[in-house]
Amino acid sequence: MDEERVLIQLQDESGEVLGSPFDVPLDISPDKLQLVCNALLQKEEPVPFLFFVKDAEVVSSLGSCVQTLGLETEQVLPVVYQPQAVFRVRAVARCTSSLEGHTEAVISVAFSPTGKYLASGSGDTTVRFWDLSTETPHHTARGHTHWVLSIAWSPDGKKLASGCKNSQIFLWDPITGSQIGKTLTGHTKWITWLCWEPLHLNPECRYLASTSKDCSIRIWDTVLGRCDKILTGHTQSVTCVKWGGDGLLYTSSQDRTIKVWRAKDGVQCRTLQGHAHWVNTLALSTDYVLRTGAFEPATATINPQDLTGSLEEIKEKALKRYNSVRGEGHERLVSGSDDFTMFLWNPAEEKKPVARLTGHQALVNEVLFSPDTRLIASASFDKSIKIWDGKTGKYLTSLRGHVGPVYQVAWSADSRLLVSGSSDSTLKVWDIKKGKLNADLPGHADEVFAVDWSPDGQRVASGGKDKCLRIWRK
Amino acid sequence: MPQNEHIELHRKRHGYRLDHHERKRKKESREVHERSHKARKMIGLKAKLYHKQRHAEKIQMKKTIKMHEQRKSKQKDDDKTPEGAVPAYLLDREGQSRAKVLSNMIKQKRKEKAGKWEVPLPKVRAQGETEVLKVIRTGKRQKKAWKRMVTKVCFVGDGFTRKPPKYERFIRPMGLRFKKAHVTHPELKATFCLPILGVKKNPSSSLYTTLGVITKGTVIWGKYAQVTNNPENDGCINAVLLV
Repeated sequence: MDEERVLIQLQDESGEVLGSPFDVPLDISPDKLQLVCNALLQKEEPVPFLFFVKDAEVVSSLGSCVQTLGLETEQVLPVVYQPQAVFRVRAVARCTSSLEGHTEAVISVAFSPTGKYLASGSGDTTVRFWDLSTETPHHTARGHTHWVLSIAWSPDGKKLASGCKNSQIFLWDPITGSQIGKTLTGHTKWITWLCWEPLHLNPECRYLASTSKDCSIRIWDTVLGRCDKILTGHTQSVTCVKWGGDGLLYTSSQDRTIKVWRAKDGVQCRTLQGHAHWVNTLALSTDYVLRTGAFEPATATINPQDLTGSLEEIKEKALKRYNSVRGEGHERLVSGSDDFTMFLWNPAEEKKPVARLTGHQALVNEVLFSPDTRLIASASFDKSIKIWDGKTGKYLTSLRGHVGPVYQVAWSADSRLLVSGSSDSTLKVWDIKKGKLNADLPGHADEVFAVDWSPDGQRVASGGKDKCLRIWRK
Repeated sequence: MPQNEHIELHRKRHGYRLDHHERKRKKESREVHERSHKARKMIGLKAKLYHKQRHAEKIQMKKTIKMHEQRKSKQKDDDKTPEGAVPAYLLDREGQSRAKVLSNMIKQKRKEKAGKWEVPLPKVRAQGETEVLKVIRTGKRQKKAWKRMVTKVCFVGDGFTRKPPKYERFIRPMGLRFKKAHVTHPELKATFCLPILGVKKNPSSSLYTTLGVITKGTVIWGKYAQVTNNPENDGCINAVLLV
């Protein structure tokens, strides 16, 4: 008996066709499809792909997929292929060290863009730098007079900005641990979020945006040490700011609105309304690539290195990476709020949201796009994490397991794993493909306030109320 | 005790005695000694009362002295950073644990049934009948006084029809009838103009609740808001949402 054959047409995510339709046996497996795809694309190294027929993934064979969907085999079947990250990040499984040193709760944790340095801000008013190869303290940066609420690495990894509850911003040099430049003062209430200008817009990493409870956003010139622009317009505390790759600034606030500003002249472009309660968090689809700048996670080595090359080269690399992640359309923005829902926006084009993501039963604390922008993860106080499609906002799956509100999540660089920290003092690593728990990481003695996955994928760092910072490896 | 103002009159006309101020000063300084002498020598019920009074005065004096002293040495505390550091996303929240929330919900439901609320204005001045209701005289010789007119803002439902004027005891003037209220959400600090569904409870008297009189402190329906102004003076009803 002849095996059944079907005509398929390979297309990529934006709809562009690859080659002409050709026929394949119905029981072809995804591996063989991958070989075909790689051959057609003429890539030097084989790239793993995922295949979708009308949004349903081809898991075992094309035949089973067609059967479940009930499609005809007479017509040409469009099969969408999605390239996956070439490298695989291994799941972390054990705590390699518990770094004491802070005398109060650790509030924020961040790896530098290349993954070489680790910085943590705490309630004891210090920012500490940790040496990752020996997992011991490196420097203690003193200077703040109140809790260090937020820290942000510049995209070239050479500077760290930290904002405190007394509304001051300090800049630190990670190599020496000392302060760079002057203290940036100007806000009247505590700093809620800090965000640097993307590398491909300015390779010197000169401008920094900060938001505060005093309802204003300030853009600072870090070289001259003074405030460049003040953006006012919000009527309540501004909770989050993201500097987009197209020169637009997005800010969310407790007055239930999100405002879009032009970074060059500080003019407000749009106000996005729709939420019914405070807007807590924002996430851009290009967040991860803006954070890592010119560093490509696929080229990571065991020992993280600094960025090399002149400013021009770095800018080129960052721009290339940014364009490849952004794709054809504009950046997408997702906002999470206290009204238990999230909105997916296309802020560069319209005022109306693309989709409203409902389903959570308590406030949404953090939302994050996956590094390949295909998925959105949302952490909520209802103890669950929900995964949504990054383009349409369709609900995909819920990750349950925590027994307390989930505070923060972090994606691994290949978008296959997700780590989440919660108030029940555990961290959990989830496998996105299976939609299940991969590893449970207990060890903290009290609530976990901040988690971060290093961009080279080797380590996860977490800090919490028990004053110690834990590093986890495979 | 002088019954009239002849002392002041004399002072105005002739001025003070030449040694008046000196004598006054000395008398005042002697007062302290005389008080202590009295406190020592008094006996009986009179003494008990006096001692009680003096004890209370002394306590009050000690408290004020302590307060003045405290103000001088206040600067040291500001340097220390307070405990309980929380990340920025937890700063504006009070951090109630979930178990508490559930039992709180049950308690709130019970309270609602009993008709008690945690209201922002717990103690409101009770308003007597003469303030809220005005007597209207009727009759050929204006002698009958059984009708009353409400002088405060009130709410009547949608299907309200007056009783026949001959039998109407309580008159609610149309000018004082309100349908909408400005309700403020205490957390969001946003105010909305919402229609009133009904008056739930007027703290002064149950009679006013049935009449629908709205005064400061009344709890109105919809989502339970409490009135925070005197509507009859302002011409609008401002209320705070009870969450």
